[in-house]
Amino acid sequence: MVDIAFGPEKGQRPDLADNREAYLDMVRRKRMYGGILMVLFVAIMASGWWLADSRNAGGFWNGLSQLFDFPAEVLSEAWAKRANLPHLFWDHVPALIETLNIAAVATLIGTVAAMALSLLATRGLARWPRMIPVFRRIMDMLRAIPEIVIALVLIFILGGGPVPAVIAIALHTGGALGKLFSEVAENADLKPVEGLQSVGANWSQRMWLGVIPQVAPNWLSYALLRFEINVRASAILGFVGEGGIGHDLKLAMQWGQGRYDEVVAIFLLLFLAIVAIDRISDHYRHKLVKGH
Amino acid sequence: MTATAMAPSLAETVTRRFAARRRMAFAIPAAIIAYLVYAAISFDVAGLVNRARFDNAAILLSDFWSHKTHVTRDNRNGKLTVAIEGEAKGTYPEGMLPDWVSVAGGVTTIDLGQGHVVTYDDAGARYVVPGYGTIDIREVDGRPVLTAPEPLPSWINAAENRIAVTTPAGRFNYTRSKVETFRYQAGWELWFFTLDSPFYGKSPGELAGLALWGDRIAADRSNLGYMLSEFWNNRMWRHGDVAWAIFETILMAFLGTMTAALVALPLSFLAARNFMPLGIFRAAARRVFDFIRGVDGLIWTIILSRAFGPGPMTGAIAIAITDTGSFGKMFSEALENIDEKQVEGVRSTGANAVQRARFGVIPQIMPVFLAQVLYYLESNTRSATVIGAIVGGGIGLLLTQAILTQKDWEEVAYYMVLIILMVMLMDSLSGWLRRKLIKGS
Repeated sequence: MVDIAFGPEKGQRPDLADNREAYLDMVRRKRMYGGILMVLFVAIMASGWWLADSRNAGGFWNGLSQLFDFPAEVLSEAWAKRANLPHLFWDHVPALIETLNIAAVATLIGTVAAMALSLLATRGLARWPRMIPVFRRIMDMLRAIPEIVIALVLIFILGGGPVPAVIAIALHTGGALGKLFSEVAENADLKPVEGLQSVGANWSQRMWLGVIPQVAPNWLSYALLRFEINVRASAILGFVGEGGIGHDLKLAMQWGQGRYDEVVAIFLLLFLAIVAIDRISDHYRHKLVKGH
Repeated sequence: MTATAMAPSLAETVTRRFAARRRMAFAIPAAIIAYLVYAAISFDVAGLVNRARFDNAAILLSDFWSHKTHVTRDNRNGKLTVAIEGEAKGTYPEGMLPDWVSVAGGVTTIDLGQGHVVTYDDAGARYVVPGYGTIDIREVDGRPVLTAPEPLPSWINAAENRIAVTTPAGRFNYTRSKVETFRYQAGWELWFFTLDSPFYGKSPGELAGLALWGDRIAADRSNLGYMLSEFWNNRMWRHGDVAWAIFETILMAFLGTMTAALVALPLSFLAARNFMPLGIFRAAARRVFDFIRGVDGLIWTIILSRAFGPGPMTGAIAIAITDTGSFGKMFSEALENIDEKQVEGVRSTGANAVQRARFGVIPQIMPVFLAQVLYYLESNTRSATVIGAIVGGGIGLLLTQAILTQKDWEEVAYYMVLIILMVMLMDSLSGWLRRKLIKGS
């Protein structure tokens, strides 16, 4: 500890007998570094916000006063037409189900891809140990491409509909979950795998019977968390691209005044769905990881 | 219960459990497959095959690595234009032609390579296709008349007023108003300098020579400065604007993440059981976090862009608000799991509440705090791309605009490459910082 704090050269070390002096010296130096970093950070943040403000169409203080204008306008119109709400609610349930379906199918496909990729990229388990870096890079690439890029390109090729969104989210899920899965699998006990190998099991049998049962609770927990994230992603992709409740929201927003009751209905539906899914998945994740 | 009494029922229980397991082993995959079949039907996957435009995919892929040059003659006034991607920004100026196009006395000869030659003359146009013959088009009574070896192959499409020829060397279109030839070439043309720049078409060696010891092209500035400014202000690729957009995207992610962390840290003390004895405040803080997370980034983005207008600040605030909820939840969980002994130790020296938090608590949650903030910084770089597309700022906006115009796919490819590089850079930067700051190595 002392050696680390005072550097390696013996001649330059302060007198160890006087360790109070040395300690205070170290504290002072630490505080100075901390202070410099703090000033630097504050300067970066302040200039960053200033720059962002200057490049924004509307200014911050100007916008702040208008922040509640739009919600107030929307809510007052929706309140005036509150009789429509239950009926609008029902109208958009199919779109919500489509959004949830996109997220669920993408999570399923992505999880299966992540299972394969992660096992192939984990040291000690990989089918072809030399290919580990290749599979890791594949996962990095899949994680790096934002969903919207794939979705918009696929909309151009495949036409509208939910399938481009499913593929886009599934690819990203494969990369993101693959990394987490591989971290879990790295800590798996190798004894069952060796046991299975000794009775002549092939690679897929060893993985299916020796590794998967060990990692299944953690993997499932990550997959559920990913499902939560994917529901949000699917709503956003609908807004930017096509399909699902995000698209309905965009249409209602573009119409503007006169359909704000619809906007509120969709907002509420999305909010309730997200909160409900978060709660359910939270509950099951606790159960899976803690085991009760 | 005694062991002897249990023995038969134990065997029964185990058998029953095995049977249940076996049923589950079939039931779960069956349920998943049933769900996927339902999803495939509701997503209309079968209809997708008919709707899919694989020719679009071909255009996209070829644009990713090549560019096309349009050689167009207006049949009404005989004016010839040569333009890269058919854009005004890429039009060859008067008196300048690519070396495969030549004009001599009203006859334009276009060499498409591999023996394919197109000629425009006063009477019409001719296309010599090796291994097939000459496609000859004459204008008779204001209508194009086609003469070509019969039977016409499928790559010649002759309608009443329009003749289209597609070969591996290029495309050729003849209508009453104009005749066009497209030649495809590998690479992204004009990536460094546009046609009107004095540096266009020079080799790297020539450019280096100009930059280092050549005579000044413009009297008022050095060649190197001129070169950099021509590159930066390239009208076709807009490198300067793109660099700004990337910077804006990273700025949004950085400001949003850091602000969220700074706001969430003090608030999370309110939501932690061991720091906030009053249940009402705790519940209130938690509900606020839940509400913020539940409303979701999309809705925050929409509301904020109404108030603040398009731009990077709107995106940064949207990220900050959304992540305040997530950070608040995570930090308060971390606070509840700290070791009280350190706080006791600091308290024993007579420290007040702020000092106890600073020296007893913060050092303990610092690893969690830093790890989460850095992880979110990386993931928000991706989100900022999407949010940028909604609020109108950063590289996300450029990308969606380029995709929605469905024209310049090489620009889309360029932006995609840049986005991937940006995210990978942020990924390794945050990983490096995490190792540096948390493990201290």
